[in-house]
Amino acid sequence: MSAEETRKVHSTPNLDQLEDGPWPSFVTGLKRLRDSKGKKYAGMMNDLLGQLEHSYTNRLGYWKGGTVSVFGYGGGIIPRFSEVADKFPESKEFHTLRVQPPAGLHYTTDILRQMCDIWEEHGSGLIAFHGQSGDIMFQGTSTENTQRAFDALNDIGFDLGGAGPALRTSMSCVGHARCEVSMYDEIKAHRSVINEFLDEMHRPAFPYKFKFKFSGCPNDCVNAIHRADFAVIGTWKDDMKVDQDEVKAYVGEVGRKYMIDSVISMCPTRALSLNDDDTLEVDNKSCVRCMHCLNVMKKALSPGDERGASILIGGKRSLKVGDLMGTVVIPFLPLDTDEDYENLVELARTVMEFFAENALEHERIGETIDRIGMPAFLEAIGVNPDPNMVKHPRTSSYVRTDDFTEEAEKYFERKARTEAAE
Amino acid sequence: MTEAKVATKKPRLPDEHGVPDPFQYMHPVMKKNYGNWAYHDRPRPGVLHHVSKSGDEIWTVRAGTQRQMDVYTIRDLCDIADTQGDGFVRFTTRSNIEFMVGSFEKVPAIIKALGEKGYPVGGTGNSVSMISHTQGWLHCDIPGTDASGVVKSLMDMMHEEFIKEEMPNRVRITTSCCQINCGGQGDIAINVQYTKPPKINHDLVANVCERPAVVARCPVAAIRPAIVNGKPSLEVDEQKCVCCGACYPPCPPMQINGADSTKIAVWVGGKHSNARSKPAFHKLVVANLPNNAPRWPEVAEVVRKILYAYKDNAKDWERMGEWIERIGWPRFFELTGLAFTKHHIDTWTGSRHNMNMSTHIHF
Repeated sequence: MSAEETRKVHSTPNLDQLEDGPWPSFVTGLKRLRDSKGKKYAGMMNDLLGQLEHSYTNRLGYWKGGTVSVFGYGGGIIPRFSEVADKFPESKEFHTLRVQPPAGLHYTTDILRQMCDIWEEHGSGLIAFHGQSGDIMFQGTSTENTQRAFDALNDIGFDLGGAGPALRTSMSCVGHARCEVSMYDEIKAHRSVINEFLDEMHRPAFPYKFKFKFSGCPNDCVNAIHRADFAVIGTWKDDMKVDQDEVKAYVGEVGRKYMIDSVISMCPTRALSLNDDDTLEVDNKSCVRCMHCLNVMKKALSPGDERGASILIGGKRSLKVGDLMGTVVIPFLPLDTDEDYENLVELARTVMEFFAENALEHERIGETIDRIGMPAFLEAIGVNPDPNMVKHPRTSSYVRTDDFTEEAEKYFERKARTEAAE
Repeated sequence: MTEAKVATKKPRLPDEHGVPDPFQYMHPVMKKNYGNWAYHDRPRPGVLHHVSKSGDEIWTVRAGTQRQMDVYTIRDLCDIADTQGDGFVRFTTRSNIEFMVGSFEKVPAIIKALGEKGYPVGGTGNSVSMISHTQGWLHCDIPGTDASGVVKSLMDMMHEEFIKEEMPNRVRITTSCCQINCGGQGDIAINVQYTKPPKINHDLVANVCERPAVVARCPVAAIRPAIVNGKPSLEVDEQKCVCCGACYPPCPPMQINGADSTKIAVWVGGKHSNARSKPAFHKLVVANLPNNAPRWPEVAEVVRKILYAYKDNAKDWERMGEWIERIGWPRFFELTGLAFTKHHIDTWTGSRHNMNMSTHIHF
């Protein structure tokens, strides 16, 4: 107890100002940890607060990376060593364990309490739900305790996530568990794909990071198109379902003007029309499954039955060519039978193998595709061109087309085969 | 529970569990109706009511959190779930916590308990949800600012818009502590934007940095190897440098942060969803705001102006970018009172596609 009694609490005049106001304060939380009587992390959190206050004063960060890992794995720990450890020695090591959450981010209070107990024992008591890649971030432990913390979390069924040039932790939306517009089994897709390739996550050997995200519909609640190298977005192929009585009830409720202004006119492909009797006409061949009318008229409209996913590849953030969105590579992948999900896993394998073999160091797959051209990428992964892949055909004449006729014949052959199969 | 494992001297090989099976942690009503939901509505802001095709119902109470949570906070939230709820929670992509219950009678008690503990109930429907969040000074090795503090300051300012559903459509805000933009795209994005080239400590470069990798990292080829004071180092062509900070992570002696260089920019009109318009990137509207810890008042003021110009002028269901698309950029700058400068005109690869190639002019 003497260390506790003699410990000088760092003053934090800047951080103190973040305890006011109605939003929950992380500073209050950090102070609760600092002021915990008899806890091993109290001193660490005092110095952590001291360093953070130092950052607020000087407006500079004071962490540097390094190499810390657990036995058997090459990634998943984010090492942090303080550059101002002379002033704040107890938080000189403050590493994060990135831990993969259950798909869909479901928890019982029991499992959360077990995590809290483990992190009180071996870490700082500070946990973030969740990081931008989807990890539970157990923030703040020493090099010595990293292995212990991991072993304890591993014993209750949890595993490290990705870091560095590797397959990264994935995210899936709430989907089938609580959403009426979920178009495929997100949990099954998420776990089937990621758990097949754990070696690529735990032992980083890729040119750079590779991320999957799984959204059950085009509302894309896990931001897959912007943030994932491989985005799986639920959609459907057949006609949307319309309950005309519910349509009439909705028009009765909001009025015809609102219905026209806020539903009919907002359809991006002018596929909707309001009939004189307040029923809805849908031009399903023109509908692009944007979700707007379904979002607004939840009871009246629902997706069709022929469900699956669109696959968009190449999304990433700024570094280094600028932000890229994923673009359509597979317009529709059926996701119904076990075989369909195996096809998804095989597609993931093909794309990751292409990435591992062809991307330059520190190059994301979207940049690789830009470098070599989409046609070469499609050929490499064995996917045929489809007009749904482009906004419009090329506008530049700088292309060699002497095999155009053969390519067109292939197109007509594929078309005939598809039609025969239907 | 864990003591026996801790005593182990030799580390053991990990059990490669991968993504945990969530069904063991899922509310039984959700498990029973998995893939079989019919529709949902919102009895009040912060509460969702889902009805399955079998007629089963589940209610969800959503509350904002500080994301970086101490174990006491997590246990408080667990206590609420155990005593007022069914013991099942989940988190949203934006770090809101959700309490699922099989009976509507439990909803008011959860809301009351959350209120007493200071957790705002909201973030549903057409509200301003929690800001998506990066690490900042608390834990990042290259941050220009602090994420948690910026988010706390802004969410204090927008608290009313979190607990109500009075926006034209949902508003998704993001923060990023450097130009890598880990926070992602947003209706409004508050991102560090550096304004000066890196300051190089030439004594350290040779020992700390893999120089060819650093040269390769630069998006504008402004870095070249050089001998400085007799030591192998790197130099930056400051005419070419766009001050992006990409060289700093692989080469910490190329310090990009500093009182005169770490500024904050605000971007608008990013959108993830495919609803109505296609997904969109956010666009620059203000740069060079001061990195004014601990409360960032200048940033909060700009965000407030943009948010309420949108709230007062957008039509129902228009997202920020869609509203601007309709009214035009001239009107956006007018309504927000912000300046339009040469720096808003894109100069990066493909920039010509961002010019107005038409006579569609807003007067």
